[in-house]
Amino acid sequence: MSSLSRRSVLKTAALGSAAAIASPYVRGAYAAGSLTLGLWDHWVPGANKALDKLAAEWGEKNKVEVKIDYITSQGEKDKLTAAAEAQAGTGHDIMSHRDWNIRIHQDKLEPLNDIVDGLVKQYGPISPVAEYLAKIKGTWRGIPTTVGSQVKPCCSRFDLYKEHAGLDLRDMFPADEKKWDKAKVDGWTWDAYVTSAQKLHKAGFPIGNPLGQTSDAVDWVGGLFNAYGVVMVDEKDNIKINSDATRQAMEVARKLAEVMPPDVFAWDDAGNNRWLISGKGSGIMNPPSAWAVAKRDNPKVAEQCWTHPVPRGPKGRFVGQLPQFYGVWSFSKNKQAAKDFLTFVSQKNSVAQLVAASVGYDLPSFKSMYDLSTWNDVEPPKGTVYGYPPRGDEQTSITGAPARSEVGAQIYNQAINTVMVSKFAQAKEKLDDVIKWAERELEGTLRA
Amino acid sequence: MADTVQTWGSTVTDKADKPGRLRLLLRRRSTVAFLMCLPLILIIVCLVVYPAFYSIYLSMLNKAQTRFVGFANFTFLMSRETFWMVVYQSTIFAIAAVFFKALIGLITAHLVNNLPVKGQRKWRGMLLVPWVIPLALSTLGWWWMFDPTNSAFNYTLRSLGFEGVPWLSDPYWARFSVILVNVWYGAPFFLIMYLAALKSVPEQLYEAAAIDGANAWQKFIHITLPMMRNIIAITVLFSLIVTFANFDIVQIMTAGGPRNMTHMFATYAFLLGIRSGDLPLGAATSLFMFPILAIAAIFILRGVRKRGREIG
Repeated sequence: MSSLSRRSVLKTAALGSAAAIASPYVRGAYAAGSLTLGLWDHWVPGANKALDKLAAEWGEKNKVEVKIDYITSQGEKDKLTAAAEAQAGTGHDIMSHRDWNIRIHQDKLEPLNDIVDGLVKQYGPISPVAEYLAKIKGTWRGIPTTVGSQVKPCCSRFDLYKEHAGLDLRDMFPADEKKWDKAKVDGWTWDAYVTSAQKLHKAGFPIGNPLGQTSDAVDWVGGLFNAYGVVMVDEKDNIKINSDATRQAMEVARKLAEVMPPDVFAWDDAGNNRWLISGKGSGIMNPPSAWAVAKRDNPKVAEQCWTHPVPRGPKGRFVGQLPQFYGVWSFSKNKQAAKDFLTFVSQKNSVAQLVAASVGYDLPSFKSMYDLSTWNDVEPPKGTVYGYPPRGDEQTSITGAPARSEVGAQIYNQAINTVMVSKFAQAKEKLDDVIKWAERELEGTLRA
Repeated sequence: MADTVQTWGSTVTDKADKPGRLRLLLRRRSTVAFLMCLPLILIIVCLVVYPAFYSIYLSMLNKAQTRFVGFANFTFLMSRETFWMVVYQSTIFAIAAVFFKALIGLITAHLVNNLPVKGQRKWRGMLLVPWVIPLALSTLGWWWMFDPTNSAFNYTLRSLGFEGVPWLSDPYWARFSVILVNVWYGAPFFLIMYLAALKSVPEQLYEAAAIDGANAWQKFIHITLPMMRNIIAITVLFSLIVTFANFDIVQIMTAGGPRNMTHMFATYAFLLGIRSGDLPLGAATSLFMFPILAIAAIFILRGVRKRGREIG
């Protein structure tokens, strides 16, 4: 029977303290019990399960209980939850943030440079839009997610384009980038897009791009503006909307509005999807969600859909991108575990599972991951969403950039670009008056 | 025996003789009333008073909520033309909707009041349905009927040989549509209030007027309306407050579009505060309703008090 003397207790305590001080990096995840996540509720049935599976796998390995609350973006409920948690200083450990929300909550989010820098070393350059939205004054306050991140390229009915506009989209953009013919790809310009839209309108199958004040509308008009080199506000707060580039882009927008359904001014983000799925529309600009719903609700339409790059303008080919981010609250009780989980879920192996579960809708922010097999395999028809990740000369963009992100957020959320188009094309206001109105509105955004 | 005789108070101590202060306090009717109201008072303090003062505080901070800026958010808003468009639209929306709700409520209340007693309850129940259904749900139903591309109304119009109407894509039709839905939702409230008021008008007044040879219109103008003036004023005030602060209908049907031409204070505050991340500016926008409604409330309640004194 061993005796427990005062001396032995002191000796054990001293050794324990010394070991604790001298021990190197101790993974917080092992020490902590639970991790709570408030995440965007995916619209694709079954996509949440892939994340649940990854979380369970990581939690079991690291002895952490992971609890995920999926929060819908309907009615901006996810943004309201994030705002409430930020104000209250309590809530989940990790929260997903759409578009501009990282900037909004930047003061209450942990720096994540160590994770993002590590991922960049592993996977190469990251999306410039993600960097613009989440890297604030040199510090990453959020990590771009695969789940929910998207771009909005063309999703067109190749049968109608071939029959009525004389364009073979599958030949122009086959499901293998190496086979793309430069001359054909270069010929896909905004002028060509307008001409084909006019022909399709004449044939009774108009294209349909929203011109309301929601993100789908803001994103495609933003891509068009960027293709012509329109800068609304530059990095130094100079308002530059009054330019020839703006006039050219607005003329293109007006011509398109004339050959789209008159309802586009009231469409929300589902309006264009419904237009394509109904079989009346020949093309939209959207992630593969419209195609996926058509596959379920109107398979004959889905079989004729082809996702491909947006048209090119004098300054390049720009597709609207809307990334999502995970942020770790500064009031999180388990920061180390949160960071470990985010690192795990950002690995290519995890990303592949998430992309597959979302049928190719979710888009990682690393170009090196665009070779995942899902985009080749998904059908019908085979290769239909191969052109979803930006390929060739297609670059990602977001309305509001390159202005300071505080200013950009106002420009984007107040949909100044689509209101401009609506004033010009629907209300028939003079272009100069519209530009003057935009100047006054942009002046207001600088208050930020 | 004498020592067993007790006199009043002889066996009761002074302390027990006087009821405890707490018991005294509880015996007072006002105290009991206060205690019974306390849960409600606490709810109002927590969910109404505190948020109201917090939003006033918030509206005086800078965008990052790190610095007190006084009335800078308010002066900024007053310099924006979109904001003044929101003020104009909110006013048009509230006045038009309240006017039609009151008018329809008054007419329907008269119709229901003149129905035979036997069938009245059924009609009352049916007419209250729009007010009873959760607003977000019924607005979604309306949105489907107004849907820009597949509107049920337009389908009917076209099948009858008429042109479709751009219900939500034309700004003026969109304004009409959101007002229409608000009237549909709010008219039953006026109906029930006016019906109650009509039933409280003494029948003898009408009988006396009939003997004097008054027709239906004269009875309405000289008896019904004066007897209902207070209830009309109070319902109009209440409805004005609720309609000015409306959020659901506009947010679901148009989200403020097209071209910001259906935004109300609440939806514009949501756009600035939550979607654009400028909570102080959003708070300042929503607080702009306060002086407008306060002035309306002062005038209406002053009229109610005045008439109350006249009757008294």
